[in-house]
Amino acid sequence: MPWLSYQKALNRALGDELARDPAVFVLGEDIRVAVSNVTAGLFQRFGPDRVLDTPLSEQAFTSFATGAALAGRRPVIEFQIPSLLFLVFEQIANQAHKFSLMTGGQACVPVTYLFPGSGSRTGWAGQHSDHPYSLMVHVGVKTVVPATPTDAYGLLVAAIRDDDPVVVFAPAGALALREDVDYAELGPVPLGVGRVHREGNDVTVVAVGHLVQDALAVADELADEASIEVFDPRTLYPFDWDGLAASVAKTGRLVVIDDSNRSCGIGAEILATAAERFGLAAAPARVTRPDGAVLPFALELDRAVQPSRAQLVSAIQGVLKDG
Amino acid sequence: MVDAPDTPAGLYRTVRLIRRFEERAIELVRTGEIVGGIHPYIGQEAIAAGVCAALRADDIITSTHRGHGHVLAKGADPARMLAELAGRSTGLNQGRGGSMHAADFRLGIFGANAIVGANGPITVGAAWAARQAGSDRVGVSFFGDGAVSQGVLLESMNLAALWRVPVLFICENNGYATTLTVADAVAGTITGRGAAFGMPAVTVDGMDPLTVLDAARDAVDQARSGGGPTLIECLTYRFDAHHTWEHKARVRYRDDDEVARGRSRDPVEVAGARLAADQRARIDAEIEAVLAEAVAFALDSPRPDPAGALDHLYATGLRARQGGGC
Repeated sequence: MPWLSYQKALNRALGDELARDPAVFVLGEDIRVAVSNVTAGLFQRFGPDRVLDTPLSEQAFTSFATGAALAGRRPVIEFQIPSLLFLVFEQIANQAHKFSLMTGGQACVPVTYLFPGSGSRTGWAGQHSDHPYSLMVHVGVKTVVPATPTDAYGLLVAAIRDDDPVVVFAPAGALALREDVDYAELGPVPLGVGRVHREGNDVTVVAVGHLVQDALAVADELADEASIEVFDPRTLYPFDWDGLAASVAKTGRLVVIDDSNRSCGIGAEILATAAERFGLAAAPARVTRPDGAVLPFALELDRAVQPSRAQLVSAIQGVLKDG
Repeated sequence: MVDAPDTPAGLYRTVRLIRRFEERAIELVRTGEIVGGIHPYIGQEAIAAGVCAALRADDIITSTHRGHGHVLAKGADPARMLAELAGRSTGLNQGRGGSMHAADFRLGIFGANAIVGANGPITVGAAWAARQAGSDRVGVSFFGDGAVSQGVLLESMNLAALWRVPVLFICENNGYATTLTVADAVAGTITGRGAAFGMPAVTVDGMDPLTVLDAARDAVDQARSGGGPTLIECLTYRFDAHHTWEHKARVRYRDDDEVARGRSRDPVEVAGARLAADQRARIDAEIEAVLAEAVAFALDSPRPDPAGALDHLYATGLRARQGGGC
């Protein structure tokens, strides 16, 4: 079976949806020559009416997509830098997201916002290294963070077909991941359904995006100490609370590893909901970026504020000791 | 028989309808039937009437916080519009939008928008999509002089000019961004911003609907035939408050002489002077009847059920978790 990289999976999903649905088009910066590689070959296949290079006007082209969506199209916007989300927060959170409710259901805004290379890019410093998915969860915009090539394909396809705005974060730390796949079996992955990557009985580790690989590695490393279940929510909003409840019902213990800043990140929401609903046998723990972190440039400093495997190991060991 | 909107009688009818709608709405603000207040369009009616008279039913408009005039001129039902302002489930938006978000997509009204300048790129995207679909629909973005200081609007002008999108940028220059004068806010000229993007930009008398109609027609013809966008600056004056809170707050930023001068040229009178007295009286009576019915409809309509407060939050029907205890 062929090896599919995460990055190529995104490219394949875009190509398949452009071919399947004439309403779909892609816009963004430097996408004709595919600087990020995610749109490679699409301009040649689909032409300038379906693959639009935009000026550096993120706010205007984000709402341009809203207007096109209101008129029946399904735009996909590629953003080169995750921090551009801050620049277009008004256009997504305050415009696209609110049209359906504010118009009493007259309008829908099926725009997909794709952030390939979110999180630390290793040495890209303060303004290129954010991972702001929890912000979108907070305002209630559908948010997915695929961890594997298969899920990257399936969740991007599902996002494009969804009638609401959906933000897709493709972590820089996952883009090079490869997977043995059967192309015929690639298909949409429904939003809001988590995935258990590894079954276990002693503790549930919820891992987001590229951190799923870290969680799996740690689960291997600790295999003699504990049986660890790795739960990947895949979609952060809407979150698969029932899926997580089922996992925690089995293990009774919970650790979250999440590349958000600590305060009000998705990890905080998972712990709060677990405390309210899940009847944990031991106090839960989370591994996150520090409160209000700005990623510093030097590699040692960059890594120092990202969630690490070592932190995850001690969090798991702490939770296992407790109770 | 209803007069065509682009005839003198039709233009007068639209101007008068908006004026009386706003006056009735202000009464309902005072009696508490409309909460949150409104941004009255009084004084600026000729712009909405003139521009919308140049449009087809399938053309697209977007509007502003001061949007009642545009929505009515594009053909929205005054009764459902007033019901929306009063927060009733029979309103255009089922009471979910209110004064600043009125929309009727079946009439090409892609919504009033409460963030200044935010509607610019939405209009450009919608008009681009319409052209890509093979239609010759045009889009109109209404905004005030305050919006020309918003980067996103200027970005959207660049996109529209660059891609020759069939759009009209209609700037209603009423002299004030809330309380800040144009002189204190705008360097250079407003039309200069259009010229910078290589699009035709004209300044017209925004108190005469016929003048506005003529300018809008030229711009619509150009847009429909593939000639790209136009910026029209309409000089006007806001007769009433920025927002009805001023009626109580008594904010002072315009002296009485200026307001009197501004009000001396009234679009209702400019448009009305072109009609015979009996014709004008007939239209006035007709509008009083329409609005009496609209007020009754709005006030008799049911209030929405709080259980459905977050209905339509997601087009797919996804239900959010509730905020109360579990």
